[in-house]
Amino acid sequence: MKILTNFTKRIFSLFFKQKKEISLGFYGPPNAGKTSLTNRICKDWTGEEIGSVSNVPHETRHVQFKEEVEINYKENHLKFKLIDTPGIATKIDYEDFIKHKMKKKQAQKRAKEATQGIVEAIRWLEDVDAVVIVLDATQNPYSQVNITIVGNLIARKIPVLIVANKIDLRKADVKKIEAAFPEYEVVGISAKKGKNMDEFYESIFKLAKKA
Amino acid sequence: MTKKKSKNISKGLTLHFLPYSEIAKLNSLERIKKLLKLVLNQKVVILQGVLKPEEETRLIEDTMIMIGNIKGFKGVELAVISQDPEETSVFQKMKSKLASALVGHQGALTIIGPASIVKEMKKDPKKLEVMMR
Repeated sequence: MKILTNFTKRIFSLFFKQKKEISLGFYGPPNAGKTSLTNRICKDWTGEEIGSVSNVPHETRHVQFKEEVEINYKENHLKFKLIDTPGIATKIDYEDFIKHKMKKKQAQKRAKEATQGIVEAIRWLEDVDAVVIVLDATQNPYSQVNITIVGNLIARKIPVLIVANKIDLRKADVKKIEAAFPEYEVVGISAKKGKNMDEFYESIFKLAKKA
Repeated sequence: MTKKKSKNISKGLTLHFLPYSEIAKLNSLERIKKLLKLVLNQKVVILQGVLKPEEETRLIEDTMIMIGNIKGFKGVELAVISQDPEETSVFQKMKSKLASALVGHQGALTIIGPASIVKEMKKDPKKLEVMMR
């Protein structure tokens, strides 16, 4: 009987074995709060941050990642590799950075790095198991960049969770994002203030099951 | 007394309509090359049909590479408008877009313009606003 039980356990674990580490990509347009969210997760579970945040767009210009982030939430335990990507855009104008009081050379350098970062972010789509799309809940969700990202994930059959960030702001409209993406779970959070992170972690485990 | 000639010459805007038949037989790289060539010539392209999702990302990648290498090029503005009902979600639009991309969906239009001319394309389910510089 014991032999049979062990055999069943082994077969079961072979078929239902969870991945050692889930590569979780954070995608979205610039300034939606991808780094704020990954910083929040890293702070919650490792005590360290992943990168710097700023009001100036394209602060994250290289893909940055944190491996072995172990999330223990309620009964669930999983290890993630968090991949924070630069915001995807279809245009970069260095003059926009000058408006943020940058010198011309510094702005041109930032623009060049930002373009390279976008290419890098798109190429990383090959290496993610699941994706969290971070959107600014105060902005129109129907932008072509958002549609392009979702379209690519559907085509690649990569599971998606949509986060409507910045719900602490008065203009935030989570319902508008839900209306735009009714087939996906949308979680409204404030990464900056740590609002509604419990619901976010629950959704992360649901997402991980699909990966 | 001679009249001074006005130096305020108004800039023209060229809309280039590209029927789907002109790109139907091209592979993805050739399609993107053709579209970006028109955009570089300061034209706003109205393409009959849609690009495949991987073509759209490739278009963004190539655009980014060109920003670093072509002086004065700032990127593109891009939008797709289709005949879908008003309340259609992004997901439904993507599903029909995926299916239609295989057969060269011609009931939709893809608009691509140089960012130096087109300031913004604002889209919501009911309308598309194109703001010029």
